Amino acid sequence: MRVRVIAEKCQGHNRCFALAPELFDVDDLGNAHAIGDGVVPAHLVEKAKLAVANCPEFAITYTETM
Amino acid sequence: MTDTAQRPHDPIVRAVDDWQTDFDHAHPSYNENIYEIWDDLRETCPVAHSDRYGGVWLPVRHADISAIAYDTEHFSSEVVVVSNAPRNDNVESQAPVGGAPPITSDPPFHHDARRVLLPAFSPKVIDQWEPEIRRLCRELLDKIGDAPTFDAAIEYAQHIPVNVIARMIGLPLEDSDYFRETVHLVLEAVGAEFGARKDGFQKLDAYLSKHVQDHIDNPRDDLIGFLLNAKIYDQPLSPSHVTGTIVLLLVAGIDTTWSAIGSAIWHLAGHADDRHRLVADPSLMPMAIEEFLRAYAPVTMARMVIKDTEINGCPVKRLDAVLLPFPAANRDPEVFDDADEVHIDRQVNRHAAFGLGIHRCLGSNLARLELRVAVEEFLARFPDFELADADAVTWSLGQVRGPRKLPVRIVQRG
Repeated sequence: MRVRVIAEKCQGHNRCFALAPELFDVDDLGNAHAIGDGVVPAHLVEKAKLAVANCPEFAITYTETM
Repeated sequence: MTDTAQRPHDPIVRAVDDWQTDFDHAHPSYNENIYEIWDDLRETCPVAHSDRYGGVWLPVRHADISAIAYDTEHFSSEVVVVSNAPRNDNVESQAPVGGAPPITSDPPFHHDARRVLLPAFSPKVIDQWEPEIRRLCRELLDKIGDAPTFDAAIEYAQHIPVNVIARMIGLPLEDSDYFRETVHLVLEAVGAEFGARKDGFQKLDAYLSKHVQDHIDNPRDDLIGFLLNAKIYDQPLSPSHVTGTIVLLLVAGIDTTWSAIGSAIWHLAGHADDRHRLVADPSLMPMAIEEFLRAYAPVTMARMVIKDTEINGCPVKRLDAVLLPFPAANRDPEVFDDADEVHIDRQVNRHAAFGLGIHRCLGSNLARLELRVAVEEFLARFPDFELADADAVTWSLGQVRGPRKLPVRIVQRG
């Protein structure tokens, strides 16, 4: 599973960073991005899904394949 | 407000017989019955209209509200509070800046004015305020002391955001009564003739200009100092940009979070099961806070139509005002399961309490922090409490909804 933040859609609601700081970070403006290559380790899959399900802007995509 | 006395600019309120065709968002019965009104409109008339306030629309479905929020071509932020103030027919020349940038600004200026402020409100900067907010909450609870009953809105919720934002901006804490009066003037007294409110706006302008000048003479490390040092297009911000932004931070920073804290306490006072669950398992708190924000989102925004268009097939004309009730979007059963029920462990929660699109509430990180700390500290001090008199609870007027009187009785102390 891999997560990605679509920069054009992110408005800095900060839900992903609050819910899954292992997977997301925010810049100085408060806009989010996936950490590293966005690959989600098995033990963080639930957190990743939670982040996706709480983004008001539908700005996070995830793919099941690596 | 801390009292219900009629102020000079308070309007005489005309009764509403029909919420589909003659609604009044500042009528007391609107906020008192808001969820029933929205539920009814969602079923029968999802884009309501009223001739009051020079003509205003009220869409209540999530799909329509979000479509408008994302459509900056047809809908301008020139009008974010629907009042009897005259509409600016010359909007292209004044917008995209507006009176309180960036909330009143449109693209492309909006992006640049917002960018100036974003670093001051990013999560990592705001998180540093947590100890200070916690100290303030404990101080307020200490003052309440052993009182068996007290007003959680007046003695607790209303003091938290005003203290924090005044300190951040760099305005004297002892003026907090005046700030709340300003909020009333801007957000609640919207039905008054504009002329009756003008003195208040002029006084506010003079007050802020005085403090801006004081910051020019005696530079300080606060938000006024930050704005005075900020640049846009390599130029300092204009004086009216600086004072307009301070008005925004002051008004948006006080009433909204005060309302959110009050509504969360109101909910907990009436729901023993949620109180007990949160006390037993504090790890639920972040999810609970998001659910309170969804179910009791305080803020309805507004837009002004600048190009004729339609909302869900309903034609709207240039200079029409449109209310954007994000709290109604949050209760749309097409988007949320059990939309009218509060589940403090709700897992899927794409709520729009802080708006959608480019105007996402700049202070959302601060509001969330204040709300969470205020509820945590309240529950730590009073693990069990209930409404002392449900009939004595009163709600604010207009586009920001929250309890203004909230008498609670303490059942158990921590």
